[in-house]
Parts: sequence; C-alpha cells; structure tokens
Amino acid sequence: MPAQLESGVNANDELFRTEVQQFLAANFPEDLKGKGNPLAGLEGPTNETDQQRKWREAVGQRGWGTPTWPKEYGGGGLSKAQAKILDHEMTKVGAFNPIGGMGVMMFGPTLLEYGDEKQKREHIPPICRGEIRWCQGYSEPNAGSDLANLQTFAADKGDHYLVNGQKTWTSGGQWADKCFAIVRTDRSDKHNGISFMLIDMDSPGVEVRPITMISGTSPFCETFFTDVKVPKKNLVGEEGQGWTIGKRLLQHERTNISGGGSLAGMMGQSLGVIAKTYCEADGDGELADKVLRDKIADLEIRWNSFLHTVRRALQESKAQGGVSEISSVLKKLGTKLSQERSELLIEIRGLQGLGWEGEQFTDGELEDVRGWLFGKAATIYGGSTEIQNNIIAKRVLGMLDHQ
Amino acid sequence: MAVLNEEQEMLRSMARDWATNESPISEFRKVRAAGEPKAYNADSYAMMAKMGWAGIIIPEAHGGSNFGFLSAGLVVEELGKTLTASPLVVSTIVASAIVLGGSDQQKDKWLPKLASGETVATLAVDEGPHYDPSAIETNVSDGKLTGKKAFVHEAHGADLFLVAAKDGLYLVARDDSVSLVTRKLTDQRSHADVSFNGAAAEKLEGGGVSLLDDVLDRARVLSAAEMLGMAQAVFDTTLDYLTQRVQFNQVLATFQALQHRMADLFADLAQMRSAVEAGLQAVDGGFGVARAATIAKAEANRVLNVISNQGIQLHGGIGMTDEYDVGFYLKRARVLEASWGSTSYLRNRFALLSGY
Repeated sequence: MPAQLESGVNANDELFRTEVQQFLAANFPEDLKGKGNPLAGLEGPTNETDQQRKWREAVGQRGWGTPTWPKEYGGGGLSKAQAKILDHEMTKVGAFNPIGGMGVMMFGPTLLEYGDEKQKREHIPPICRGEIRWCQGYSEPNAGSDLANLQTFAADKGDHYLVNGQKTWTSGGQWADKCFAIVRTDRSDKHNGISFMLIDMDSPGVEVRPITMISGTSPFCETFFTDVKVPKKNLVGEEGQGWTIGKRLLQHERTNISGGGSLAGMMGQSLGVIAKTYCEADGDGELADKVLRDKIADLEIRWNSFLHTVRRALQESKAQGGVSEISSVLKKLGTKLSQERSELLIEIRGLQGLGWEGEQFTDGELEDVRGWLFGKAATIYGGSTEIQNNIIAKRVLGMLDHQ
Repeated sequence: MAVLNEEQEMLRSMARDWATNESPISEFRKVRAAGEPKAYNADSYAMMAKMGWAGIIIPEAHGGSNFGFLSAGLVVEELGKTLTASPLVVSTIVASAIVLGGSDQQKDKWLPKLASGETVATLAVDEGPHYDPSAIETNVSDGKLTGKKAFVHEAHGADLFLVAAKDGLYLVARDDSVSLVTRKLTDQRSHADVSFNGAAAEKLEGGGVSLLDDVLDRARVLSAAEMLGMAQAVFDTTLDYLTQRVQFNQVLATFQALQHRMADLFADLAQMRSAVEAGLQAVDGGFGVARAATIAKAEANRVLNVISNQGIQLHGGIGMTDEYDVGFYLKRARVLEASWGSTSYLRNRFALLSGY
C-alpha cells in the first residue's frame, strides 16, 4: 500500500502496528497462509482443523475479527485507522480473518443498533469469537420480492411466542445454530405487523430441508416452524418494528453481495489471458478471433469501471459517514457484470466450459460452470434487480409511486 | 463524485455558478445564430481565462495554478452541462503537451499566453474521418511542416496548432502557410480540414517516444469530463421532464417501465462518473494513465451514447424539436465519441494493454 494512503497514522497507531506484527508472528500458523476462511463462507459445514480453531480463538479472543465493534461486547474496539493497519498487516503475511458469516456481515451490526443491552451481551460476543452460525429467516414461498407479504405467525402466549409457518431460501439453514427472522405478530397491518426475533434452530418444531439448486448444490433450505416456542427476550426492538430493522439489515447484505467488502477478490484473472489458453492467437500475440476479443475488452472495460465505482462508493461513504445510497446501484451493476463474465467464459471455452463432472475437466472449469449456474441467483436474492430499480427510482430519483 | 479538497469544491461551485448564470444553453444558441466560423464567444473565453481556468494544469511558474487534471475536469464537466462553446479543452491539452515535451524556451514562450487566454491552441492529429492516430503522413523537413489534418477541433479560433507528424509533435503558429476548409458538423462548433504547406514548425523534443499517446490520453480524459457533464445534464433534464409531463392522467414518472429505464441510466451514469474521475486522477497521479484513460473514454462513449438517445426517446416528440435543448447534446455527443478515441479503437487498445 502506498505510503500516502496512510497519512493519518500517528505514533500510537505505529505502536499498534508493532503489537499486530507480534501477535501475527506468535499466533498465525504458517500452514494456513493464503488459505480461505471456513466460517466466513455462508455455505458449507465447518470441519475445522485444530490449527484453524486455534487461529480463530486467538483472533476471536482479541475481538480482532470484528475490529471496530465495541470492546464491551467482545469486539476489537479499534479505530478505523487501526482496523486498516490490522487488515494491512494480516494481508502482508498472508493471514486471513477467521471470523465471518452472516452474524458478522449482517446480524451483528443490526443488533448493535437495535438490540437491548441483554441481547447484545448474549449474542454479540459469540459472534466475535466465531462460535455461532446465524441464518436468515426472511423469504417465504409467497413472500420473495414482496417480502412484507410474509405470513409466518408468532402468537403471543404471555412469556413466549408460538411460531408457525415456513421460511425458504434459508442460506446455510442446515448448519446454523440460530436464526434471525422476521415474522408476523399482527395480521391487520402489512408493514407494521412484522416483528424481528431470534430463534434457536435446535428448538423443538424447527425442521430444515435443503433445496437442490440448478447448480447441483444445496446451500439453501426450506425451514418449517411448527409450534416453536420463542422466549420474549428474543424479540429485537418493539413488536411491529421488524420491517424497519429488517430493512436496515438488508442494506448491510446488499453492500456485501455487491462485493463492497472485498475488492481485491473481485479482480479475477483477465478473461483475455484465459482466452489465450483456449483460443488461437495470431502472430502478434493477439487473440485471432477479433469478435471474441472485442467482446472481452468491452466487458473488462465495464468491469473495471464498476470496480472504480465500488472504490468511489467506499470513499464517499467514508467521507459522509454511513452506508451510501449508491449501494443499490452496486448490487445491480456487480451482479449483472458477474453473470456476463460467466457467460463469456463459457463462450471462450466452448463445450469444454460446460462440463458437469469428470476428470477431463479441470477443477477450475468445473467450479466456473457451477458458479455460472449458481450465479443466476445473484440478481434474484438480496432484493432482485427489479426491486433495486424500484428503490433507485423512488428513493434516489424521487420518481413517484406507481399504482 | 470523487471526494474533493476545499480548493476543488470552490472551483467546482464557481464553475457551476458561472455556467448556469453566464453561459446557459441560450448562449450557445446565440453563438449558433451568429454563425461565425470560430463558433465561440471570445469575451466569454476571456472571462474563463481571467478566472484561471485556462491555466489549471499549467505550472505556477508559467502563470497557471497547477491544480491538475481532476480540477480541470470539474470545470470542463460544468461547462459541458450547458454546452458552453469554447476552446478550453483543446487549448488545455496543447498546454499539457508543452508541459510534457516542451523545452524551457517553448514553455516560457507559450504557457503564460495559454494560461492568460491570449493564445488559443488546438491539436491537429487525425488525417481521416476514422479515428487512427497511427495513420499519419504529415512530415517535416528543414523545419517546414507539410500535411493535411482532418476535422480539427476549434481550428478557426486557434493561433497555435499542435501537429502530429511522422517523427513527433510540432508546434505551428498560424500564418499564411496554414489554410482552413470549414467542415460543419452536427454540433455547430468549429471544425476544419487544415492544410499545412511548408509551415514553420518547432518540435517538442522532450517527453519521450510515448509523447503523442500521453497527450492523447489527456485529451481522452478531459473530453470524457465534458461528456460526463453532458450525460448528467441530459439525465437531469429528462428526469425533470418525466416528473412534470402528464399522460393518461398520470405523471410519466409513475410508470414503472420508465422508472426502471431511468434506474438503468442512473447506474450507467454512476459508472461513467467513476471511470472518468479515475482517469483524471490517474493523470494527476502519473500511474496507469494509458489504461485508466482508455477506460474513461470508452465508458464515456458508451454511456453518453445511450443517454443521449434515451433523452430524446423519453422526451417524446418534443425532444425532436430544435426548440428543446436535448437534441443539441445528441449532436455534440457523437462528435466527441468519434474524437480522441472511438469505441472500437479503445477496445483494441485496452486488449493490447492487457496482453491479448
């Protein structure tokens, strides 16, 4: 990182940098260098190795997986400048943040904003330590884009609610310990009849069935609630405040889906360079198929300007403070470009780029095929592109409600 | 919008106020009606120079403010919004060429005059209607330059030409050996085929072998800033129109088909702005300029093309009339899209820069 980007760093921060370097030297196992983070992914069970567990515990104990969250709830309590130093130093030695998942990306920030003191003390520390997996109970069979149409009902039974209904597209539901859900507590008011509550996935009456997707994987589940008891202490905010809280959480989700979090990971390998291993080049080392070459350049130019847009959104929201409205634009642009990239990759590889299984295909080829299929979901979940367009038109452009 | 410093904020708001109050599109209509070949208001360019805009990228030692390309882009963007006719962009690019490749003597001679607006300069690179800066026949022998340049921007008002010859870039002061044939284009601005018949020429000896590319990259990012202003203006005007116009007893803005189209254009515009600002910033930072400038101009071409077309479509029949301003943007847009890098040229260049 160029020195001028860190011009705000003061002497205390330099002490902190030394502390981080010492911590990494003492705790980060060389073997994990450059390896992914098992818990940060939304999908897949955790088969933690001892080494991974030790690394997670070391980071979690300091709260450095959630560096800017308050220390009193198990966060790192670091300033933004310090968090940047931490990130920088970890990248430098090939370390990764072992704390992740929906608890960190979506639920945690929302609970810190809306939860009461007891709830924060109960739920935030295990998230900071990476001990608990959260899943999201939002969509229902008849409440997808029209999310507020949800029907899962929580009946008031004095000291607890009795929840009945069905959620769907529950990401990682089969592996989750807990679920943050929006449920109906009042049938007479569409938006104000919704409440936000926390449900233990091992409660009697919770049943999870994984859904097989066109990509052949099952990262999503149907989740059935039959007379599930939820203690009242698990209500976040007031009854009827669920829509407001739930929407706030979606802002965090959208920023993450668009890739606002990890810019470096989005660069990918140049399609043109990949194409040279599958297609012929002419004497000058250019792709001989000029039509394909033009398509690739067109996409990569737009991809680059999207990355510039992500960067700009980050800088703007930092300068203004808070999630910028541009997050809706990022989701729409980023998901579409990713899909276009996957399609173009198939065109580059021909039928070799459509392999389902078998040793004749490389792991990379097979992964890209599944990614292409699974990627079709990206313009649907987290608020479909059409919903994003409604939001941009109405909230940002001030175009009026249609009837 | 890029995060700006205080100087830049002031510069932008000054440019915005001036363009809105002193140089609205009605001023461009006057220029058009006057029908003078140079096609800009000299008093108005003098005012712009007086405010320091002609010297934004010129070092302080030579009478400029040395604020850099992002700052120049802010001004040019605001002027693009109102289609202000002026040689500011091309004159700035010639100044940047002298900064990059001029001798001390050339800098002393030309930069102060360019900064003060006393000298108006332009680039004469292309020799045909299709963008191809590699196809150059113009040559120089014994300090005399001979060749024919096509569709030179702001040629009629220029006192100084930066001419691309086979072996490099030359400065040619206008005299009898330079003759112009007017080429009237849709934008109603100054364009001409310019013949140099043994014109006295002084070479820019510095700047290395990539000088022409470096200068063209600066032309790309700065014209992209003008295009950004134009795209923003068409978008704003169109949005305004949709929220006023009533059909079927409803304001057009309530129709979802139109809302979604505007959301698409808004996202495109956001992307165009990011690319253009990144291009300007790359020039200031001196890193990755070729790539960033290519992306900036390619995105400016793509998005302005879409928005200028949609601006007409969404205005409906009224957008086809000369009385409405939206058509003026379309007619300037295509001229800029074809200049300093057409889309196909830029895609080819991007592929070359990326190694395929």
